[in-house]
Amino acid sequence: MLADLPISVLAQKLKRSEITSEQLVAECYDRIEAYDGTINSFITVVDRKKAIERAKFIDAHRETFPSPLAGIPYVMKDAYLTKGVRTTAASKILDAFIAPYSSTVHQKLENVGAILIGKMNMDAWGHGASTENTDYGVTKNPWGSDRSAGGSGGGPAAAIASRFCVFGIGEDTGGSIRNPAAWNNITAMKVTYGRVSRYGAIAYASSLDTMGPTAKTAEDCAFVLEAIAGYDAYDATSSQKPVPSYTKALDKSIKGKKIAFPTEFYGDALDPNIKEAILVARDIFVKEGAEVTDVSLPLLEYGVPVYYILAPSETSSNLGRYDGVRYGNGRDLFTKENMRRIMTGTYALSSGYYDAYYKKAQKVRSLFIKEYEKLLSEYDAILSPVTPIMPSKFGELLDDPIKNMMADLYTVIVNIVGLPSLAIPCGFTKDNLPMGMQLVGAMFDESTLFALGNAYQKVTDWHTRSPNLVNS
Amino acid sequence: MSTSRETNFRYNGSMNASQPNPQPKDAKTVVTRADIDHIATLANLPISDGQSEELTKQVGGTVAYVSQLQSLPTDDVTETSQVTGLENVFREDEIDTSRMFTQEEALANAKNTYNGFFVVGRVLEEK
Repeated sequence: MLADLPISVLAQKLKRSEITSEQLVAECYDRIEAYDGTINSFITVVDRKKAIERAKFIDAHRETFPSPLAGIPYVMKDAYLTKGVRTTAASKILDAFIAPYSSTVHQKLENVGAILIGKMNMDAWGHGASTENTDYGVTKNPWGSDRSAGGSGGGPAAAIASRFCVFGIGEDTGGSIRNPAAWNNITAMKVTYGRVSRYGAIAYASSLDTMGPTAKTAEDCAFVLEAIAGYDAYDATSSQKPVPSYTKALDKSIKGKKIAFPTEFYGDALDPNIKEAILVARDIFVKEGAEVTDVSLPLLEYGVPVYYILAPSETSSNLGRYDGVRYGNGRDLFTKENMRRIMTGTYALSSGYYDAYYKKAQKVRSLFIKEYEKLLSEYDAILSPVTPIMPSKFGELLDDPIKNMMADLYTVIVNIVGLPSLAIPCGFTKDNLPMGMQLVGAMFDESTLFALGNAYQKVTDWHTRSPNLVNS
Repeated sequence: MSTSRETNFRYNGSMNASQPNPQPKDAKTVVTRADIDHIATLANLPISDGQSEELTKQVGGTVAYVSQLQSLPTDDVTETSQVTGLENVFREDEIDTSRMFTQEEALANAKNTYNGFFVVGRVLEEK
Protein backbone atom coordinates (compact mmCIF):
# COMPACT_ATOMS: atom_id res chain seq x y z
CA MET A 1 0.00 0.00 0.00
CA LEU A 2 1.13 3.55 -0.67
CA ALA A 3 1.15 4.62 2.99
CA ASP A 4 3.96 2.08 3.53
CA LEU A 5 6.28 4.18 1.39
CA PRO A 6 8.61 6.84 2.79
CA ILE A 7 7.74 10.50 2.20
CA SER A 8 10.78 10.89 -0.08
CA VAL A 9 9.48 8.17 -2.41
CA LEU A 10 5.87 9.38 -2.31
CA ALA A 11 6.99 12.93 -3.09
CA GLN A 12 8.98 11.70 -6.07
CA LYS A 13 6.12 9.58 -7.39
CA LEU A 14 3.70 12.48 -7.00
CA LYS A 15 6.08 14.83 -8.77
CA ARG A 16 6.46 12.43 -11.68
CA SER A 17 2.69 11.84 -11.77
CA GLU A 18 3.21 8.11 -11.21
CA ILE A 19 0.60 8.40 -8.50
CA THR A 20 -1.86 11.13 -7.54
CA SER A 21 -2.57 12.63 -4.16
CA GLU A 22 -6.21 11.75 -4.75
CA GLN A 23 -5.25 8.08 -5.00
CA LEU A 24 -3.12 8.25 -1.85
CA VAL A 25 -5.79 10.05 0.18
CA ALA A 26 -8.51 7.68 -1.04
CA GLU A 27 -6.44 4.67 -0.04
CA CYS A 28 -6.04 6.09 3.48
CA TYR A 29 -9.79 6.66 3.78
CA ASP A 30 -10.49 3.12 2.57
CA ARG A 31 -8.27 1.77 5.32
CA ILE A 32 -9.80 4.03 7.97
CA GLU A 33 -13.27 2.85 6.95
CA ALA A 34 -12.20 -0.78 7.00
CA TYR A 35 -10.20 -0.86 10.22
CA ASP A 36 -10.66 2.15 12.48
CA GLY A 37 -13.97 0.88 13.82
CA THR A 38 -11.83 -1.54 15.82
CA ILE A 39 -8.75 0.62 16.51
CA ASN A 40 -10.65 3.86 17.30
CA SER A 41 -7.70 6.13 16.64
CA PHE A 42 -9.80 9.00 15.25
CA ILE A 43 -12.03 11.37 17.20
CA THR A 44 -12.96 13.29 14.07
CA VAL A 45 -12.42 12.09 10.52
CA VAL A 46 -12.26 15.02 8.12
CA ASP A 47 -15.06 14.76 5.55
CA ARG A 48 -13.76 12.45 2.84
CA LYS A 49 -15.14 14.56 0.01
CA LYS A 50 -13.39 17.67 1.32
CA ALA A 51 -10.06 15.89 1.65
CA ILE A 52 -10.37 14.39 -1.83
CA GLU A 53 -11.22 17.78 -3.27
CA ARG A 54 -8.16 19.27 -1.64
CA ALA A 55 -6.06 16.40 -3.02
CA LYS A 56 -7.40 17.02 -6.51
CA PHE A 57 -6.57 20.69 -6.16
CA ILE A 58 -2.98 19.88 -5.12
CA ASP A 59 -2.70 17.40 -8.00
CA ALA A 60 -3.87 20.07 -10.44
CA HIS A 61 -1.53 22.76 -9.08
CA ARG A 62 1.47 20.68 -8.18
CA GLU A 63 3.97 23.19 -9.58
CA THR A 64 2.84 25.76 -6.98
CA PHE A 65 3.37 23.29 -4.12
CA PRO A 66 7.06 22.32 -4.25
CA SER A 67 7.12 20.86 -0.72
CA PRO A 68 7.69 17.09 -0.41
CA LEU A 69 4.65 17.14 1.91
CA ALA A 70 2.32 18.50 -0.79
CA GLY A 71 -0.59 16.15 -1.28
CA ILE A 72 0.46 13.93 1.63
CA PRO A 73 -2.34 12.97 4.07
CA TYR A 74 -1.64 13.55 7.76
CA VAL A 75 -3.38 13.58 11.13
CA MET A 76 -3.07 15.72 14.24
CA LYS A 77 -3.49 14.87 17.86
CA ASP A 78 -6.78 16.53 18.82
CA ALA A 79 -4.93 19.12 20.88
CA TYR A 80 -4.31 21.38 17.88
CA LEU A 81 -6.75 24.03 16.77
CA THR A 82 -7.83 23.53 13.19
CA LYS A 83 -10.11 26.21 11.81
CA GLY A 84 -13.37 24.69 10.65
CA VAL A 85 -12.61 21.18 11.98
CA ARG A 86 -13.71 20.26 15.51
CA THR A 87 -11.06 20.25 18.28
CA THR A 88 -11.91 18.37 21.49
CA ALA A 89 -8.68 17.61 23.40
CA ALA A 90 -10.57 14.29 23.85
CA SER A 91 -12.81 15.98 26.43
CA LYS A 92 -16.59 16.36 26.32
CA ILE A 93 -15.97 19.88 27.59
CA LEU A 94 -14.96 20.76 24.02
CA ASP A 95 -17.27 18.24 22.34
CA ALA A 96 -18.69 20.78 19.90
CA PHE A 97 -15.82 23.27 19.80
CA ILE A 98 -14.86 24.57 16.38
CA ALA A 99 -11.85 26.83 16.63
CA PRO A 100 -12.09 30.20 14.89
CA TYR A 101 -8.38 30.10 14.04
CA SER A 102 -5.69 27.52 13.31
CA SER A 103 -2.60 26.52 15.22
CA THR A 104 0.67 27.61 13.60
CA VAL A 105 1.72 24.01 12.94
CA HIS A 106 -1.56 23.27 11.15
CA GLN A 107 -1.33 26.51 9.18
CA LYS A 108 2.22 25.75 8.05
CA LEU A 109 1.22 22.28 6.87
CA GLU A 110 -1.82 23.65 5.06
CA ASN A 111 0.38 26.24 3.37
CA VAL A 112 2.72 23.60 1.94
CA GLY A 113 -0.20 21.50 0.70
CA ALA A 114 -0.30 18.62 3.19
CA ILE A 115 -3.82 17.25 3.64
CA LEU A 116 -5.37 16.95 7.09
CA ILE A 117 -7.59 13.87 7.29
CA GLY A 118 -8.23 13.52 11.01
CA LYS A 119 -8.10 14.72 14.59
CA MET A 120 -6.86 11.98 16.82
CA ASN A 121 -7.66 10.29 20.09
CA MET A 122 -5.63 11.03 23.21
CA ASP A 123 -5.93 11.12 26.97
CA ALA A 124 -8.21 14.08 27.68
CA TRP A 125 -6.10 17.27 27.91
CA GLY A 126 -2.96 15.10 27.55
CA HIS A 127 -3.38 13.61 31.02
CA GLY A 128 -2.23 10.02 30.78
CA ALA A 129 0.04 7.45 29.20
CA SER A 130 -2.54 5.10 27.71
CA THR A 131 -5.33 7.01 25.87
CA GLU A 132 -7.72 5.42 28.36
CA ASN A 133 -8.53 8.76 29.98
CA THR A 134 -10.41 9.85 26.88
CA ASP A 135 -14.09 10.70 26.56
CA TYR A 136 -14.18 9.12 23.08
CA GLY A 137 -13.47 5.47 23.82
CA VAL A 138 -10.02 3.89 24.20
CA THR A 139 -7.68 3.49 21.25
CA LYS A 140 -6.72 -0.14 20.80
CA ASN A 141 -3.15 -1.04 20.06
CA PRO A 142 -2.98 -2.33 16.46
CA TRP A 143 -0.38 -4.85 17.66
CA GLY A 144 -2.71 -6.35 20.28
CA SER A 145 -6.30 -5.29 20.74
CA ASP A 146 -6.34 -5.97 24.49
CA ARG A 147 -3.57 -3.44 24.94
CA SER A 148 -3.28 0.31 25.11
CA ALA A 149 -1.86 2.29 22.20
CA GLY A 150 0.03 4.40 24.71
CA GLY A 151 -0.54 7.99 25.54
CA SER A 152 -1.32 10.62 25.63
CA GLY A 153 -1.09 10.57 21.81
CA GLY A 154 -2.24 7.00 21.27
CA GLY A 155 -4.49 8.01 18.37
CA PRO A 156 -1.93 9.47 15.96
CA ALA A 157 0.56 6.68 16.72
CA ALA A 158 -1.97 3.88 16.15
CA ALA A 159 -3.06 5.58 12.91
CA ILE A 160 0.48 5.71 11.56
CA ALA A 161 1.13 2.09 12.54
CA SER A 162 -2.15 1.14 10.83
CA ARG A 163 -1.18 3.11 7.71
CA PHE A 164 -4.29 5.30 7.93
CA CYS A 165 -2.10 8.29 7.06
CA VAL A 166 1.51 9.03 6.16
CA PHE A 167 2.51 11.12 9.17
CA GLY A 168 1.10 12.70 12.29
CA ILE A 169 1.63 15.66 14.55
CA GLY A 170 1.88 14.94 18.24
CA GLU A 171 2.39 16.96 21.37
CA ASP A 172 4.81 15.88 24.10
CA THR A 173 4.70 17.22 27.66
CA GLY A 174 6.08 14.19 29.50
CA GLY A 175 6.31 11.50 26.84
CA SER A 176 3.05 11.81 24.91
CA ILE A 177 4.77 11.54 21.52
CA ARG A 178 7.44 9.00 22.47
CA ASN A 179 5.51 6.55 24.62
CA PRO A 180 2.90 5.81 21.91
CA ALA A 181 5.68 5.68 19.32
CA ALA A 182 7.39 2.91 21.28
CA TRP A 183 4.15 0.99 21.77
CA ASN A 184 3.09 1.23 18.11
CA ASN A 185 6.43 0.65 16.34
CA ILE A 186 6.72 4.11 14.86
CA THR A 187 9.34 6.87 14.98
CA ALA A 188 8.80 10.24 16.62
CA MET A 189 10.74 13.38 17.43
CA LYS A 190 10.14 15.25 20.67
CA VAL A 191 11.74 18.57 19.80
CA THR A 192 13.72 21.00 21.93
CA TYR A 193 11.41 23.26 23.90
CA GLY A 194 10.69 26.28 21.71
CA ARG A 195 11.79 24.68 18.41
CA VAL A 196 8.21 24.43 17.14
CA SER A 197 5.50 27.00 17.84
CA ARG A 198 2.94 26.16 20.52
CA TYR A 199 0.50 28.74 19.18
CA GLY A 200 -2.96 27.24 18.88
CA ALA A 201 -2.04 24.02 20.65
CA ILE A 202 -4.16 23.41 23.72
CA ALA A 203 -1.82 23.91 26.64
CA TYR A 204 -1.20 21.13 29.14
CA ALA A 205 1.90 22.37 31.02
CA SER A 206 3.34 25.42 29.33
CA SER A 207 6.96 25.10 30.44
CA LEU A 208 7.09 21.48 29.22
CA ASP A 209 4.84 21.32 26.12
CA THR A 210 6.50 20.60 22.77
CA MET A 211 5.04 19.98 19.31
CA GLY A 212 6.56 17.42 17.02
CA PRO A 213 6.38 14.96 14.15
CA THR A 214 5.48 11.28 14.29
CA ALA A 215 5.96 8.99 11.31
CA LYS A 216 7.40 5.67 10.23
CA THR A 217 11.05 6.69 10.11
CA ALA A 218 13.59 9.25 11.25
CA GLU A 219 13.83 10.38 7.65
CA ASP A 220 10.09 11.08 7.44
CA CYS A 221 10.19 12.95 10.75
CA ALA A 222 13.02 15.11 9.37
CA PHE A 223 10.88 16.11 6.37
CA VAL A 224 7.99 17.05 8.63
CA LEU A 225 10.06 18.90 11.22
CA GLU A 226 11.69 20.95 8.50
CA ALA A 227 8.22 22.16 7.51
CA ILE A 228 6.94 23.01 11.00
CA ALA A 229 9.99 24.24 12.96
CA GLY A 230 10.95 27.85 13.47
CA TYR A 231 10.24 31.11 15.18
CA ASP A 232 6.65 32.26 15.46
CA ALA A 233 5.79 35.78 16.57
CA TYR A 234 2.55 34.36 18.02
CA ASP A 235 4.46 32.18 20.50
CA ALA A 236 6.81 34.26 22.66
CA THR A 237 8.59 31.11 23.84
CA SER A 238 9.46 29.94 20.33
CA SER A 239 13.15 30.16 19.54
CA GLN A 240 14.71 32.59 17.09
CA LYS A 241 17.56 30.18 16.39
CA PRO A 242 17.74 29.40 12.66
CA VAL A 243 16.32 26.02 11.60
CA PRO A 244 18.98 23.78 10.03
CA SER A 245 18.19 21.40 7.17
CA TYR A 246 17.22 18.23 8.99
CA THR A 247 16.98 16.23 5.79
CA LYS A 248 20.58 17.12 4.93
CA ALA A 249 21.64 15.99 8.40
CA LEU A 250 20.18 12.50 7.87
CA ASP A 251 23.11 11.07 5.98
CA LYS A 252 25.88 12.61 8.07
CA SER A 253 28.33 9.98 9.24
CA ILE A 254 27.91 8.74 12.80
CA LYS A 255 31.48 7.46 12.97
CA GLY A 256 33.05 8.64 16.21
CA LYS A 257 29.75 9.94 17.61
CA LYS A 258 29.74 9.52 21.35
CA ILE A 259 26.70 7.92 22.92
CA ALA A 260 26.18 7.83 26.67
CA PHE A 261 24.57 4.76 28.22
CA PRO A 262 23.27 5.65 31.71
CA THR A 263 23.52 2.47 33.75
CA GLU A 264 20.82 3.59 36.25
CA PHE A 265 18.30 3.44 33.40
CA TYR A 266 18.78 -0.30 32.96
CA GLY A 267 17.90 -1.47 36.47
CA ASP A 268 15.05 -3.51 37.89
CA ALA A 269 12.34 -1.05 36.87
CA LEU A 270 12.94 -1.87 33.20
CA ASP A 271 11.20 -4.77 31.45
CA PRO A 272 13.95 -7.32 30.61
CA ASN A 273 12.72 -7.63 27.01
CA ILE A 274 13.27 -3.93 26.44
CA LYS A 275 16.66 -4.03 28.11
CA GLU A 276 17.76 -6.89 25.90
CA ALA A 277 16.54 -5.13 22.74
CA ILE A 278 18.40 -1.92 23.60
CA LEU A 279 21.60 -3.83 24.36
CA VAL A 280 21.39 -5.25 20.84
CA ALA A 281 20.81 -1.73 19.48
CA ARG A 282 23.82 -0.54 21.45
CA ASP A 283 25.97 -3.07 19.60
CA ILE A 284 24.56 -1.90 16.29
CA PHE A 285 25.57 1.68 17.02
CA VAL A 286 29.06 0.46 17.88
CA LYS A 287 29.19 -1.54 14.67
CA GLU A 288 28.21 1.56 12.73
CA GLY A 289 31.16 3.44 14.20
CA ALA A 290 29.74 5.21 17.24
CA GLU A 291 31.34 4.94 20.67
CA VAL A 292 28.99 3.88 23.44
CA THR A 293 30.11 4.45 27.02
CA ASP A 294 28.50 3.58 30.36
CA VAL A 295 27.76 6.72 32.37
CA SER A 296 25.87 7.62 35.51
CA LEU A 297 22.78 9.83 35.76
CA PRO A 298 21.89 9.43 39.41
CA LEU A 299 18.99 11.90 39.45
CA LEU A 300 16.75 9.53 37.43
CA GLU A 301 14.45 8.62 40.31
CA TYR A 302 13.65 12.28 40.99
CA GLY A 303 12.34 12.92 37.48
CA VAL A 304 8.84 11.59 38.07
CA PRO A 305 8.35 13.55 41.33
CA VAL A 306 9.54 16.78 39.67
CA TYR A 307 7.26 16.20 36.71
CA TYR A 308 4.25 15.35 38.85
CA ILE A 309 4.60 18.66 40.65
CA LEU A 310 5.34 20.88 37.65
CA ALA A 311 2.86 19.41 35.16
CA PRO A 312 -0.20 19.26 37.47
CA SER A 313 0.59 22.76 38.78
CA GLU A 314 0.79 24.22 35.31
CA THR A 315 -2.23 22.30 34.07
CA SER A 316 -4.34 23.45 37.02
CA SER A 317 -3.63 26.98 35.86
CA ASN A 318 -4.06 26.32 32.13
CA LEU A 319 -7.34 24.45 32.54
CA GLY A 320 -8.71 27.20 34.74
CA ARG A 321 -9.96 28.95 31.62
CA TYR A 322 -12.44 26.21 30.74
CA ASP A 323 -15.45 27.60 32.55
CA GLY A 324 -18.01 27.11 29.79
CA VAL A 325 -18.61 30.84 29.28
CA ARG A 326 -16.93 31.68 25.97
CA TYR A 327 -16.84 28.12 24.65
CA GLY A 328 -17.36 24.55 25.74
CA ASN A 329 -19.25 22.87 28.55
CA GLY A 330 -18.84 23.01 32.32
CA ARG A 331 -16.05 21.81 34.58
CA ASP A 332 -18.10 18.88 35.86
CA LEU A 333 -17.08 17.09 32.64
CA PHE A 334 -13.39 16.78 33.50
CA THR A 335 -12.38 13.10 33.76
CA LYS A 336 -11.23 11.57 37.03
CA GLU A 337 -7.61 11.81 35.90
CA ASN A 338 -8.09 15.47 34.93
CA MET A 339 -9.54 16.18 38.35
CA ARG A 340 -6.68 14.39 40.10
CA ARG A 341 -4.12 16.46 38.25
CA ILE A 342 -5.94 19.75 38.66
CA MET A 343 -6.39 19.05 42.37
CA THR A 344 -2.77 17.98 42.88
CA GLY A 345 -1.56 21.08 41.05
CA THR A 346 -3.87 23.43 42.89
CA TYR A 347 -2.66 21.90 46.14
CA ALA A 348 1.02 22.34 45.16
CA LEU A 349 0.45 25.98 44.21
CA SER A 350 -1.78 26.92 47.10
CA SER A 351 -0.77 29.37 49.77
CA GLY A 352 1.76 27.92 52.19
CA TYR A 353 2.75 24.99 49.97
CA TYR A 354 4.21 26.78 46.95
CA ASP A 355 7.78 26.85 48.27
CA ALA A 356 7.70 23.24 49.42
CA TYR A 357 6.42 21.88 46.12
CA TYR A 358 6.48 24.03 42.99
CA LYS A 359 9.54 26.09 43.90
CA LYS A 360 11.35 23.00 45.17
CA ALA A 361 10.60 21.17 41.92
CA GLN A 362 11.89 24.13 39.90
CA LYS A 363 15.12 23.97 41.90
CA VAL A 364 15.52 20.25 41.27
CA ARG A 365 14.81 21.06 37.65
CA SER A 366 17.96 23.20 37.70
CA LEU A 367 19.90 20.22 39.07
CA PHE A 368 18.67 18.09 36.17
CA ILE A 369 19.66 20.77 33.67
CA LYS A 370 23.14 20.94 35.15
CA GLU A 371 23.55 17.15 35.12
CA TYR A 372 22.40 16.85 31.49
CA GLU A 373 24.34 19.87 30.27
CA LYS A 374 27.52 18.39 31.65
CA LEU A 375 26.88 14.98 30.14
CA LEU A 376 25.86 16.39 26.75
CA SER A 377 28.96 18.55 26.60
CA GLU A 378 30.92 15.30 26.54
CA TYR A 379 28.53 13.12 24.54
CA ASP A 380 26.45 13.58 21.38
CA ALA A 381 23.47 11.62 22.61
CA ILE A 382 22.09 9.54 25.46
CA LEU A 383 20.64 6.10 24.74
CA SER A 384 17.59 5.45 26.90
CA PRO A 385 14.50 3.27 27.01
CA VAL A 386 11.23 5.07 26.20
CA THR A 387 8.98 3.22 28.62
CA PRO A 388 9.90 0.82 31.42
CA ILE A 389 6.97 -1.44 30.52
CA MET A 390 5.44 -3.15 27.50
CA PRO A 391 2.10 -1.78 26.17
CA SER A 392 -0.20 -1.99 29.19
CA LYS A 393 -3.37 -4.05 29.20
CA PHE A 394 -6.53 -1.98 29.54
CA GLY A 395 -7.20 -0.98 33.12
CA GLU A 396 -3.65 -1.60 34.35
CA LEU A 397 -2.76 2.07 34.58
CA LEU A 398 -6.20 3.41 35.49
CA ASP A 399 -6.91 4.41 39.05
CA ASP A 400 -3.38 3.62 40.15
CA PRO A 401 -1.76 7.07 40.09
CA ILE A 402 1.71 5.85 41.08
CA LYS A 403 1.85 3.07 38.48
CA ASN A 404 0.51 5.52 35.92
CA MET A 405 3.29 7.96 36.82
CA MET A 406 6.03 5.32 36.62
CA ALA A 407 5.17 4.65 32.96
CA ASP A 408 6.74 8.08 32.37
CA LEU A 409 10.01 7.30 34.18
CA TYR A 410 12.34 7.77 31.21
CA THR A 411 10.40 10.34 29.23
CA VAL A 412 9.56 13.13 31.70
CA ILE A 413 13.18 14.02 32.44
CA VAL A 414 13.66 15.05 28.83
CA ASN A 415 10.81 17.57 29.11
CA ILE A 416 12.03 18.84 32.46
CA VAL A 417 15.37 19.72 30.86
CA GLY A 418 13.84 20.77 27.51
CA LEU A 419 15.97 18.47 25.36
CA PRO A 420 15.14 16.89 21.98
CA SER A 421 14.61 13.14 21.82
CA LEU A 422 14.07 10.76 18.95
CA ALA A 423 12.04 7.65 19.73
CA ILE A 424 12.73 4.72 17.39
CA PRO A 425 11.53 1.14 17.15
CA CYS A 426 14.15 -1.34 18.38
CA GLY A 427 12.51 -4.74 18.26
CA PHE A 428 9.63 -7.03 19.12
CA THR A 429 8.95 -9.48 21.91
CA LYS A 430 8.20 -13.08 21.04
CA ASP A 431 4.51 -12.13 21.41
CA ASN A 432 5.00 -9.67 18.57
CA LEU A 433 4.70 -6.53 20.72
CA PRO A 434 6.87 -3.59 19.66
CA MET A 435 9.55 -1.95 21.78
CA GLY A 436 11.22 1.43 21.47
CA MET A 437 14.30 3.32 22.55
CA GLN A 438 15.09 7.02 22.58
CA LEU A 439 18.14 9.03 21.66
CA VAL A 440 18.31 12.22 23.68
CA GLY A 441 20.43 15.06 22.37
CA ALA A 442 21.73 18.49 23.31
CA MET A 443 19.46 21.54 23.13
CA PHE A 444 18.52 22.34 19.50
CA ASP A 445 20.61 19.46 18.19
CA GLU A 446 17.83 17.48 16.53
CA SER A 447 20.18 17.03 13.55
CA THR A 448 22.54 14.66 15.33
CA LEU A 449 19.60 12.56 16.52
CA PHE A 450 18.27 12.31 12.97
CA ALA A 451 21.69 11.16 11.75
CA LEU A 452 21.94 8.51 14.46
CA GLY A 453 18.34 7.37 13.96
CA ASN A 454 18.69 7.20 10.21
CA ALA A 455 21.97 5.25 10.44
CA TYR A 456 20.27 2.74 12.75
CA GLN A 457 17.21 2.41 10.50
CA LYS A 458 19.40 1.81 7.45
CA VAL A 459 20.70 -1.40 9.00
CA THR A 460 17.54 -2.56 10.82
CA ASP A 461 14.02 -3.26 9.58
CA TRP A 462 11.83 -2.96 12.69
CA HIS A 463 10.37 0.30 11.38
CA THR A 464 9.17 -1.38 8.18
CA ARG A 465 6.88 -3.79 10.02
CA SER A 466 3.19 -3.08 10.23
CA PRO A 467 0.45 -4.90 12.14
CA ASN A 468 -2.07 -7.32 10.65
CA LEU A 469 -5.36 -5.52 11.08
CA VAL A 470 -8.76 -7.11 11.38
CA ASN A 471 -11.77 -5.74 9.52
CA SER A 472 -14.11 -3.80 11.77
CA MET B 1 -25.94 19.89 27.49
CA SER B 2 -27.20 21.84 30.43
CA THR B 3 -24.83 22.82 33.16
CA SER B 4 -25.70 24.08 36.56
CA ARG B 5 -24.82 27.73 36.87
CA GLU B 6 -24.77 27.32 40.62
CA THR B 7 -22.09 24.67 40.38
CA ASN B 8 -20.00 26.06 37.59
CA PHE B 9 -19.96 29.75 38.01
CA ARG B 10 -20.06 30.38 41.69
CA TYR B 11 -17.79 33.04 43.09
CA ASN B 12 -14.71 31.38 44.46
CA GLY B 13 -12.84 34.25 45.97
CA SER B 14 -14.83 34.10 49.18
CA MET B 15 -12.97 35.35 52.22
CA ASN B 16 -14.90 32.85 54.27
CA ALA B 17 -13.55 29.72 52.64
CA SER B 18 -11.90 27.46 55.17
CA GLN B 19 -8.12 27.66 55.16
CA PRO B 20 -5.94 24.56 55.37
CA ASN B 21 -2.97 24.41 57.66
CA PRO B 22 -0.59 26.91 56.01
CA GLN B 23 2.59 25.23 57.28
CA PRO B 24 4.82 23.71 54.57
CA LYS B 25 4.55 19.99 54.92
CA ASP B 26 7.22 17.35 55.03
CA ALA B 27 7.36 13.85 53.59
CA LYS B 28 4.85 12.65 56.15
CA THR B 29 2.25 15.04 54.79
CA VAL B 30 -1.31 13.93 55.23
CA VAL B 31 -3.81 15.49 52.85
CA THR B 32 -7.09 15.79 54.68
CA ARG B 33 -10.64 15.75 53.44
CA ALA B 34 -10.90 19.42 54.45
CA ASP B 35 -7.82 20.20 52.30
CA ILE B 36 -9.47 18.51 49.34
CA ASP B 37 -12.75 20.34 49.75
CA HIS B 38 -10.91 23.64 50.02
CA ILE B 39 -8.74 22.88 46.98
CA ALA B 40 -11.82 21.87 44.97
CA THR B 41 -13.30 25.27 45.72
CA LEU B 42 -10.10 27.00 44.64
CA ALA B 43 -9.97 24.91 41.46
CA ASN B 44 -13.68 25.50 40.77
CA LEU B 45 -14.30 21.76 40.49
CA PRO B 46 -17.71 20.45 41.44
CA ILE B 47 -16.97 17.23 43.32
CA SER B 48 -19.30 14.87 45.14
CA ASP B 49 -18.72 13.45 48.62
CA GLY B 50 -17.62 10.17 47.12
CA GLN B 51 -15.15 11.90 44.81
CA SER B 52 -13.85 13.99 47.68
CA GLU B 53 -13.06 10.85 49.63
CA GLU B 54 -11.38 9.18 46.67
CA LEU B 55 -9.38 12.32 45.83
CA THR B 56 -8.23 12.63 49.44
CA LYS B 57 -6.60 9.22 49.09
CA GLN B 58 -5.24 9.73 45.58
CA VAL B 59 -3.97 13.29 45.87
CA GLY B 60 -2.57 12.34 49.27
CA GLY B 61 -0.71 9.43 47.68
CA THR B 62 0.71 11.62 44.93
CA VAL B 63 1.74 14.36 47.36
CA ALA B 64 3.44 11.82 49.61
CA TYR B 65 5.22 10.37 46.59
CA VAL B 66 6.49 13.69 45.21
CA SER B 67 7.57 14.77 48.70
CA GLN B 68 10.67 12.61 48.29
CA LEU B 69 12.18 15.69 46.64
CA GLN B 70 12.51 17.22 50.10
CA SER B 71 15.49 14.94 50.71
CA LEU B 72 17.54 16.60 47.93
CA PRO B 73 19.60 19.54 49.18
CA THR B 74 18.83 22.61 47.03
CA ASP B 75 19.69 25.53 49.29
CA ASP B 76 22.15 27.10 46.85
CA VAL B 77 20.17 26.26 43.72
CA THR B 78 18.24 28.85 41.72
CA GLU B 79 14.97 27.59 40.32
CA THR B 80 14.40 27.27 36.56
CA SER B 81 11.07 28.23 35.06
CA GLN B 82 12.11 28.65 31.42
CA VAL B 83 14.56 26.17 29.92
CA THR B 84 15.83 28.15 26.93
CA GLY B 85 16.67 31.22 28.98
CA LEU B 86 14.26 33.64 27.33
CA GLU B 87 13.27 36.63 29.41
CA ASN B 88 10.71 39.35 28.91
CA VAL B 89 9.80 38.75 25.28
CA PHE B 90 7.89 41.82 24.15
CA ARG B 91 6.03 42.77 21.01
CA GLU B 92 4.80 46.11 19.77
CA ASP B 93 1.51 47.11 21.35
CA GLU B 94 -0.28 47.24 18.03
CA ILE B 95 -3.55 45.81 16.85
CA ASP B 96 -3.11 42.95 14.40
CA THR B 97 -6.34 43.08 12.43
CA SER B 98 -5.61 39.74 10.78
CA ARG B 99 -6.12 38.09 14.16
CA MET B 100 -9.28 39.92 15.16
CA PHE B 101 -12.53 37.99 15.45
CA THR B 102 -15.82 39.38 14.31
CA GLN B 103 -18.38 39.48 17.11
CA GLU B 104 -20.07 36.53 15.45
CA GLU B 105 -16.85 34.48 15.45
CA ALA B 106 -16.12 35.34 19.06
CA LEU B 107 -19.58 34.20 20.14
CA ALA B 108 -19.86 31.19 17.84
CA ASN B 109 -18.85 28.61 20.46
CA ALA B 110 -20.68 30.12 23.45
CA LYS B 111 -23.64 28.20 24.88
CA ASN B 112 -25.30 31.21 26.36
CA THR B 113 -25.35 34.62 24.67
CA TYR B 114 -27.64 37.60 24.85
CA ASN B 115 -27.76 40.52 22.41
CA GLY B 116 -24.24 39.81 21.18
CA PHE B 117 -22.75 39.34 24.66
CA PHE B 118 -21.58 36.33 26.64
CA VAL B 119 -23.88 35.52 29.52
CA VAL B 120 -21.84 34.86 32.65
CA GLY B 121 -22.88 33.46 35.98
CA ARG B 122 -23.56 35.69 38.92
CA VAL B 123 -20.37 36.33 40.89
CA LEU B 124 -21.73 38.42 43.73
CA GLU B 125 -24.07 37.20 46.37
CA GLU B 126 -26.79 39.20 48.12
CA LYS B 127 -26.16 39.78 51.78
